[in-house]
Amino acid sequence: MFDFNLFLSALFGWPLAKGAMLTVVLSLLVMSVSLVLGMAFGSAAGSKNKLLRFFVGAYVWLFRGAPALLILLFVWNGLPQISPIFRAGWFTPFFAAFLALTLIQIAYLSEILRSAFDAVGKGQKEGAAALGLHKWQIFLLITLPQALRIAMPALVNEFISLLKATSLATVISLKELMTITQFAIATSFRFLEWYGAALVYYMAMVSVLTIVQSRIERALSKGHR
Amino acid sequence: MIETFQLPDAQRPSAVELSDVNKSYGTYHVLHDVSLKVGQGERIVICGPSGSGKSTLIRCINRLETHQSGTIIVNGVELTGDSSKVDHVRRDVGMVFQHFNLFPHLTVLQNCTLAQRWVRKRPQSEAVDIAMAFLERVRIPEKAHRYPGELSGGQQQRVAIARALCMTPGIMLFDEPTSALDPEMVKEVLDTMVGLAGDGMTMICVTHEMGFARQVASEVVFMDEGRIIEKGVPETLFGSPSHERTKRFLSNLLH
Repeated sequence: MFDFNLFLSALFGWPLAKGAMLTVVLSLLVMSVSLVLGMAFGSAAGSKNKLLRFFVGAYVWLFRGAPALLILLFVWNGLPQISPIFRAGWFTPFFAAFLALTLIQIAYLSEILRSAFDAVGKGQKEGAAALGLHKWQIFLLITLPQALRIAMPALVNEFISLLKATSLATVISLKELMTITQFAIATSFRFLEWYGAALVYYMAMVSVLTIVQSRIERALSKGHR
Repeated sequence: MIETFQLPDAQRPSAVELSDVNKSYGTYHVLHDVSLKVGQGERIVICGPSGSGKSTLIRCINRLETHQSGTIIVNGVELTGDSSKVDHVRRDVGMVFQHFNLFPHLTVLQNCTLAQRWVRKRPQSEAVDIAMAFLERVRIPEKAHRYPGELSGGQQQRVAIARALCMTPGIMLFDEPTSALDPEMVKEVLDTMVGLAGDGMTMICVTHEMGFARQVASEVVFMDEGRIIEKGVPETLFGSPSHERTKRFLSNLLH
């Protein structure tokens, strides 16, 4: 029934390891870029400029509303139809997945960061401004560290969701963890062993993230015990 | 009588000069033709009922609030939308807030060195020396490596005073510095402020601590509904106020 040896060779074999690596690299890239842009969008959402607020609102509305699968397919199949630029060699499944997932992730992160920036409070900015610190210094030295502490659990949650959402990229034949698993099953018809091995990979990655989360939270919570 | 008090000030350049300052939030007129001259080394206490505009007034002096008309000149620099002038003024004006506004994610020492590093561009070792000297001064050096959240309200406010002093300002603004404190902690903060006054610091304080006003104020200003109703030395303003509104406010305060 359950071939334990096949399970072990699947688990420790190259194909799954490579697929998992691709999943991790893609997730890390998407998260880093969308964290930076999410900060910009999150601050813009609280800006006095009406037009800017409207733009961010519309963006979040669109990319939170559309299913990830649709956006992935739209980017991969739709964009090449719009312009020949997207038919060039650099427009790989990896790049398409990166673009689609980043667009979505920015929408979610900007909402989380907007509320975290709000939660830091006006007094902090005033205290810093009265000391002569500039807008950017206030943001980087005062607001951001405190906002990240507040947002950290939600941000890690989003990262975990993202890590699993990369499996959707199987529809654009990106060779990530789930695609490799499906390939292996298509030739061997051994469902349990391969699904089991893939599950172990996902669980391992999420567990590492959970540990990293508690480390970061401890580092950021200084002064808040 | 009034002339005799203006004489010494006239020889000194004024630290802060407000003329016909107006400010409103929509239709609500917060400051109404406010004019006030503060000489170097003077200690002004501003009092008045809540909503009278006293906090807004001192927040205009370091441009945490913007005024709509009139002029505000701080140490010879007129405050306008020009950010280099705002920088200049903020470098020379320290402020202490009702709710301390210490940075909770930084230690007491880091709170005191941050702006020294980034604004004054002092090297770390010098910033630490200066910070320790002022923490010594507010009698709290042993808490240097603690976080603000671990301190009592009175201790936090003394750290906030030290933090402002680390920037070696010429003028200090106090916005109800003891209003958020438990009664038993008011004295330690007021004592620190009295000490500062003794050193000749130019101070503008919004406070209801009348004992403090009597002890250190060179002039007490009474505000109501966005206007300066009257001003004078503490004995005169507290002893024989000339306006009905001042009398009413003072009698409510004492009872």
